[in-house]
Amino acid sequence: MQVLEGYVKQVRVMLNSNYAVAYAVRDVDVDVIAAYPITPQTGVVEKLAEMIANGELDAEMIHVESEHSALSAIIGASAAGARVFTATSSQGLEYMHEVLHIASGMRLPLVMSVATRALSAPINIWCDYSDLMNVRDSSWITFIASTAQEVYDTIVEAYMVAEDPRILLPVIVAYDGFWMSHTYEPLYVAEDKSYVRTLVPRRDRVKLDPQKPVTMGALVGPDWYYEIKYQQVAAMSEAYEAIREYDRVIGRAFGRFYEPVEAYKMDDAEIAILTYGGIYGSLVEAVDRLRGEGYKVGAIRLRLWRPFPVDDIVRVARGVSKLLVVDRAISYGASIAGPVALEVIASLHRAGLDLDVVSYVAGIGGRPVTESDFEGMFKLALKLGRRAREIGTIYWGVRGVSYD
Amino acid sequence: MSWRELPIGGMILEPGNSIARRTGEWRVFRPVIDQDACTRCLVCWMYCPDGVIRVVDTPYRTSKGRLWSFTLEIDYEHCKGCGICAEECPVNAIAMVEEVK
Ligand code: SF4
Ligand code: SF4
Repeated sequence: MQVLEGYVKQVRVMLNSNYAVAYAVRDVDVDVIAAYPITPQTGVVEKLAEMIANGELDAEMIHVESEHSALSAIIGASAAGARVFTATSSQGLEYMHEVLHIASGMRLPLVMSVATRALSAPINIWCDYSDLMNVRDSSWITFIASTAQEVYDTIVEAYMVAEDPRILLPVIVAYDGFWMSHTYEPLYVAEDKSYVRTLVPRRDRVKLDPQKPVTMGALVGPDWYYEIKYQQVAAMSEAYEAIREYDRVIGRAFGRFYEPVEAYKMDDAEIAILTYGGIYGSLVEAVDRLRGEGYKVGAIRLRLWRPFPVDDIVRVARGVSKLLVVDRAISYGASIAGPVALEVIASLHRAGLDLDVVSYVAGIGGRPVTESDFEGMFKLALKLGRRAREIGTIYWGVRGVSYD
Repeated sequence: MSWRELPIGGMILEPGNSIARRTGEWRVFRPVIDQDACTRCLVCWMYCPDGVIRVVDTPYRTSKGRLWSFTLEIDYEHCKGCGICAEECPVNAIAMVEEVK
């Protein structure tokens, strides 16, 4: 056992990100879980089923016939006041699509983990972020973790955020399918799960109660629907400050301090590369290698996708002349095909900053993105200079496509 | 009232308030019961999807002299005029009459 100086007692364990999710869900004492198996998420609910069977977690596991039902089931349980959880990937997340909007519209504090995966067709079970980026407008607060440690910590944080009476929005915690879901890493988890429960106390909210009946999800006409949707807009923007508070709560509890946007060697950087998820580790390696060659380059990681941390992006990017954004999803036919690149450009535009943003799409359908890929993208961006703007989006590594 | 004062997510916190919504205003055709022809079988009462056909304790004597101990009345504030009662009535005692505005 390891004790981090000044923080709660923690045990060092070897877990993949799927199991890190399950440990956190156990530690916050979830009441109801409903899920349908889908690769590469399945390990999450398998582990949770094992924990329930072993008596480590006192929860109801509802076996359903689809993801649409999984989310619907936990919506019902949450409306009745339970703390709930589900997990999915890829087609499963898309199958939930209409229910995603119902969950957020009903303002229920659900938490879901997403082991990200490419979308069919062709069928592909490997990692990219097409599934997650497709649901970006469903009013779910969305974190993207880059290590199993962060997955554990962020699931705990997700319940704090979701159940905060100022917010009451559902939360997704996403991480790379396979690259993270099936890769074991050492991480710390609380030695005493009852301590984690004190971090996430049960809070009062309106729920279905026969003694005090309410109607949720009723019909609202053109006269008030817009105002109710504006409540979601306001909750989403207020969520930013709440997340910053809970980043500090997690930091003070566990000794790990998270930021919506993480920066590496950005102090004197002239060029930066931004990405998200598990490939950030390779990016940091690539930055070190490029620094070794004399380039003043830094790395930026996006941890919070919704609400988008506009000011943090502007703050870290302010000093650079060129910013590469590496997305693992394609927004087909968009002005800029990288979903995060598009947000970064809009954020800089709001601050009146006009620097060269180079949108890269890479890692589609589980194709690896290595240190050498990042170095290659960096050098190509230097070579293209301003021409990268005219190109719009660079599809890195597609056979038969060249930008020279 | 602004978005701030509305119950979160458009929840209805006051139970049983649907009575305040006068759905009868949507009606185009009004069901009218011919109390003379009606056999008090209660089929319409069972079928009405809005539960707006009421059994009231008012006695009724038909033109042929038969005395019924109760009468069927329609709550026109909430009857939507769907016509299901008229369709189901086994003796065609309900007429759908166009509302004249
Ligand atoms: S018209 Fe429809 S709503 Fe009205 S009384 Fe008949 S069945 Fe009920
Ligand atoms: S269905 Fe016709 S006969 Fe029967 S109670 Fe209604 S109006 Fe009377």
